[in-house]
Amino acid sequence: MNLLEILIAVPAAGFLVALMIPRSQELAVRLFTLAVSLLAFILSLGLVAGYQSGQIGQQYVDNVVWIANPNIHWHVGIDGLSLWLIVLSTFLTPIAILISWRSITKQIKEFFAFLLLLEFGLIGVFAAWDLFLFYTFWEVVLVPMYFLIGIWGHDRRIYASVKFFLYTMAGSVLMLVAIIYLYNVAGTFDYAVILESFQSGRIGLSHTEETLLFLAFFVAFAIKVPLFPLHTWLPDAHVEAPTAGSLMLASVMLKMGTYGMLRFCVPLFPLAARENAGWINILAIIGIIYGALVAMVQPNLKKLVAYSSVSHLGFVVLGIFSFTQMGLDGAVYQMLNHGISTGALFILVGFMYERRHSLAIKDFGGVATVAPWLGTVFLITTLASIGLPMLNNFVGEFLVLQGAAQANFGWTAFAAIGVILSACYMLWMYKRVFFGAPGDEVKHHMPDFNFREWVCITPLIVMMVWMGLFTKTFLPVVSETNAQILDHTGATVALSTAPGALPRTGGAFHAR
Amino acid sequence: MPVNFAPSATDLLRFGPEIVLTIAGTMLMVLDPLFARKFPRLFGHLSIAALIVAIFAAVAANGVPGLAFSNLLVVDGFGTWFRILVMCIGILSILSSYRYLEREQAETGEYHALILFSIMGQCVMVTANDLIMIFIGLEISSIATYVLAGYLRNDKRNNEAALKYFLLGSFATGFLLYGVAIVYGLTGTTQLPAIRAALETPGTSLMVAGVAAALMFVGLCFKVSGAPFQIWAPDVYQGAPAPISGFMATGPKAAAFAIFLRIFLTAFDRISLEWAPIVWVCALLSMTIGNFAALTQNNLKRMLAYSSIAHAGYILVALASNSEIGTAAAMFYLAAYALMNLGAFAVIVYISGKGEKHLKIEDLAGLGQRQPFTAAMMTVFLLSLIGVPLTGGFFGKFYIFRAALDSHLTWLAVLGLLNSAVAAYYYLRLLVVMYMHEPGEVTNALEAPGPALRAALVLPAVGTFFLGILPGTVLSFTQAAASFIK
Repeated sequence: MNLLEILIAVPAAGFLVALMIPRSQELAVRLFTLAVSLLAFILSLGLVAGYQSGQIGQQYVDNVVWIANPNIHWHVGIDGLSLWLIVLSTFLTPIAILISWRSITKQIKEFFAFLLLLEFGLIGVFAAWDLFLFYTFWEVVLVPMYFLIGIWGHDRRIYASVKFFLYTMAGSVLMLVAIIYLYNVAGTFDYAVILESFQSGRIGLSHTEETLLFLAFFVAFAIKVPLFPLHTWLPDAHVEAPTAGSLMLASVMLKMGTYGMLRFCVPLFPLAARENAGWINILAIIGIIYGALVAMVQPNLKKLVAYSSVSHLGFVVLGIFSFTQMGLDGAVYQMLNHGISTGALFILVGFMYERRHSLAIKDFGGVATVAPWLGTVFLITTLASIGLPMLNNFVGEFLVLQGAAQANFGWTAFAAIGVILSACYMLWMYKRVFFGAPGDEVKHHMPDFNFREWVCITPLIVMMVWMGLFTKTFLPVVSETNAQILDHTGATVALSTAPGALPRTGGAFHAR
Repeated sequence: MPVNFAPSATDLLRFGPEIVLTIAGTMLMVLDPLFARKFPRLFGHLSIAALIVAIFAAVAANGVPGLAFSNLLVVDGFGTWFRILVMCIGILSILSSYRYLEREQAETGEYHALILFSIMGQCVMVTANDLIMIFIGLEISSIATYVLAGYLRNDKRNNEAALKYFLLGSFATGFLLYGVAIVYGLTGTTQLPAIRAALETPGTSLMVAGVAAALMFVGLCFKVSGAPFQIWAPDVYQGAPAPISGFMATGPKAAAFAIFLRIFLTAFDRISLEWAPIVWVCALLSMTIGNFAALTQNNLKRMLAYSSIAHAGYILVALASNSEIGTAAAMFYLAAYALMNLGAFAVIVYISGKGEKHLKIEDLAGLGQRQPFTAAMMTVFLLSLIGVPLTGGFFGKFYIFRAALDSHLTWLAVLGLLNSAVAAYYYLRLLVVMYMHEPGEVTNALEAPGPALRAALVLPAVGTFFLGILPGTVLSFTQAAASFIK
């Protein structure tokens, strides 16, 4: 058992133990789950410390037979792509537990236990190197999130949770067909082996097969991202979910989709990925602009943040399907950024909901005068979210736009509109909520942060600045992996198949 | 050589489980007048003991595989698998019957004797090597089940269920028997390997064989409640006592699928190109009709009845793939399906109350808050029925659709899996009601389940996880066993 496996096992064991704690011991449940999630976070930092930069392929690998026939392996490992996503999951889980400390009042034991189960699934998704194992974790994640939304959510929680479950399920059964099909072609579920066999030409797919398999995977991931027009479950799920649910959903679960595209869709089906990149990017750009426009007119704070996610994730997809080093680096960096800054937005909105018991923008106004710290922190987060230089999102968006421009300048031109629009809707929202004269409700029910809330939000603010200033902490390992992925896609197909593709300019951005 | 009428010791050993069950069933009927008043739970204990002994007998019989009683019976891995499966189904059904019988004040020896006889019939079916034996086993099993469906003779719905099941069941058996007669007329034998050999000799009319296969297909499709012969299932499952509905949806169905596989893969292997497309259509119809009809049901038993039609469809996919993997997948799926379905029916027994008044989905409201343990078990069964990974239901489905893709039934696999996404909706409804609705009258009045019912919930849940997480040993057994019959 290596460190990665211990990290996977800790939340799972924590989940089982938490379920056995007697129902009356509410504090014990909270403290125990917090301790487990902190332990997992520390372990994941150990993962970072032991990660060998510059080494090709996965690390912390373990590959043992799970089921002999059909040939299914417990094959886990991480590379630069999954490393930071795992750390993001373990980083946010203790925060999710802390923000729910007081706001969850019913079935406390189950709530905190489900957060650990969710963490287990998320780490597993990013660590799995066997397609069957990946699918297993992919579906396992669904169950705790379904319950988190459905039991502890707001008024329309049942509708939202069922919609969430069915959308994802419908997409993932297609992926399951594709996975089984691949198995029947390749004789293994082992991703590394399948990839190797494709590249060495030992097995091949016809053009139709490749396109259909690519689409089967892609639709499953696109629903999760969500890519326009498959996004309609997301506003419902976000608005109805409890704060911790929104946080984990937006910050980590959406990344399962983009991670899947980058990890599986692009390297396994390079030709189909390049052929389909055109319309995918157009959908991504539509999502960027559409998400921003819809966010602008939302009267509900949480819905606004939810639609902003649609917009931000569009950048990630655009980056991936630009097939340039910068685009890919930016996409991965943007996955992390979005996790931090949108996560922080959801947390802050959650804090405000706990005080005011409303999410309507019109119920606020003048909050900054009553709760200056809340106003300041919210402002920093807002600025991070709209991509102010020196804060995290700027780096990601810049890289994506740069990468997309190398591939096709038109994409960048349209996508950049989204950046402008994001400034519009965020700042306008900030003005309406925080400036002006506070109403009576706001005056009396808007205390500033308490200690627990400071503990929750400070790490996120630190990360925003850190990721904005010191990209070198994160980007080099990501770039190495992305370079390999691009190699995979380039090796079997000429670059010219992508419209307007230019030669790669590797990692020019790290120097800053 | 003088004819020796006494069966050899090996023959008897191979027939061991059936002997054990027959003796035990008869004993129960004799003991009934003596002990029914004083020890109402005695019969349940005795029949579980008998089933455990019979499982050991089945394992012992598997130690000496081969033919018995002049080739009428064949003891192989396939037969042993299904023998043990139906006996486990019997044990779980009896465990959930304790509460039901106590509540209805109907504890008798004959109830348990009938279950044992039914299981005995199913054991004969799954090890039969001869169409006549298959027919005898099927009748033993069916007649006992007809009676069980109408066990509470003063209950209107029980009576309706029994009558409907009996009339339609005998009609379907007629088709089967007609098919047997034609096969005998064509080939001069009723033994499966001999029929296969006869169909392979040139000059045999495959047209007539096709007619016989079609007639038998109708009979068997009825028994497994596959579309378009599924109409009886919802009414019968709804009307019969809940533990018996669970039993009928799993035991006789598993045995019927066993003979379905054995007859069509052995005797009618020669004309597989002709029957496989028909199975393809039936599989798709069953899945679609079952799932879409279940969407609108408000009665729990009826919903599970439609769901069982859909699950029959999944298993028909395995049959349509007409391969060893398909057979192994069907064997695995029937076990996983039996566990999750029996568990779900045990929950229905638990909540339905005297006279089974509380069968609406809404009656589960707030179970998660009032009885978290039972709700958690039900969650496991529902997730398995949906097909979420780490449960037996998922692995079974995965295995079946893998077999389908292996046999190039890509469209059937795609449509089947999309069907399972539709199915998720109605199973989720139960989860929604259990966890997301406030407790209602029914759940407020529930007492914690007793030891027998708790066992009837925990054992299938453990089994479901076992099949989902560590299916390795079971899989290798089914794969080895499946190669016997092709």
